[in-house]
Amino acid sequence: MHRFANPARFLRMSAVILPWSAVSAALFIAAGLYFSLFASPPDYQQGETVRIMYVHVPAAWMALSVYTMIAAASGIALVWKHPLAHIAAKAAAPIGAGFTFIALVTGSLWGKPMWGTWWVWDARLTSVLILFFLYLGHMALMNAFEDSSRGERAAAILALVGFVNVPIIKFSVDWWNTLHQPASILRLGGPTIDQHMLVPLFLMAIGFTVYFVPVLILRMRAELVARKVRIARMARVHAAPDVLRAAPGGTA
Amino acid sequence: MDTVSQYLAMGGYAGFVWPAYGIAAAVMIGLLAQSLSALRARENDLSALGEARDKTGPAER
Repeated sequence: MHRFANPARFLRMSAVILPWSAVSAALFIAAGLYFSLFASPPDYQQGETVRIMYVHVPAAWMALSVYTMIAAASGIALVWKHPLAHIAAKAAAPIGAGFTFIALVTGSLWGKPMWGTWWVWDARLTSVLILFFLYLGHMALMNAFEDSSRGERAAAILALVGFVNVPIIKFSVDWWNTLHQPASILRLGGPTIDQHMLVPLFLMAIGFTVYFVPVLILRMRAELVARKVRIARMARVHAAPDVLRAAPGGTA
Repeated sequence: MDTVSQYLAMGGYAGFVWPAYGIAAAVMIGLLAQSLSALRARENDLSALGEARDKTGPAER
């Protein structure tokens, strides 16, 4: 039973964290939206399209940091066999894929008026598209095997190998010529954008980060319950071999 | 009213700014809703299993 000790502690802690994180995510995003859409100036060159930045940049940061979290969880799962690590990686992948999708689509909507094109196959855009496919591949592998522990291992290895893409995305704007602008916030020497634009950007970034917490908890809980269901069904199949013979696959 | 429509026009970029916010909201709210309903579905599965066992005992059915 010691294997379930950690999930039990997780359930207790997450019950406390869940309401607080949900409320603070809503507050940060509401404040972020107010500053993004009302209380910040248009850009002197980009006009009102600069407001796309306040969803695009936080979503892109989340795309990278969720992937980093998945890679870390996968490493922990493979090395220390922590029972929650695979569950955390599995629960986080669709959220990361969602943020990557938002970053790609809002980037496209920003690129059309400012660059004159929805899409270019340059280093930044292509590497983020690859990140999106890595997320999809991770989700597909998780469910690709009858034996779910094989899927978990395969997905964990994909997550670790694919982590090479994260620094490539981060530095793609410095290493290659690209339409995408270089970093203006997370750079040596401090941010180069106006204070009035930093406020909504950081509020939204904090809001997106805190949003990740309750959604991750809900998904991890669902996975823990799904495992319980699987174990209970298996126990019943083993306890009643007649049922198995009468209706193969009916109960499992 | 004029200022409202002027605001909504986003300096002529309404067709880019509003869809960007709309898609972000749709994805994030959709993910939250899907996560909630998945958790509820799994919990229903579990309680259904528990009830079935209470009625027939673990060795039958």
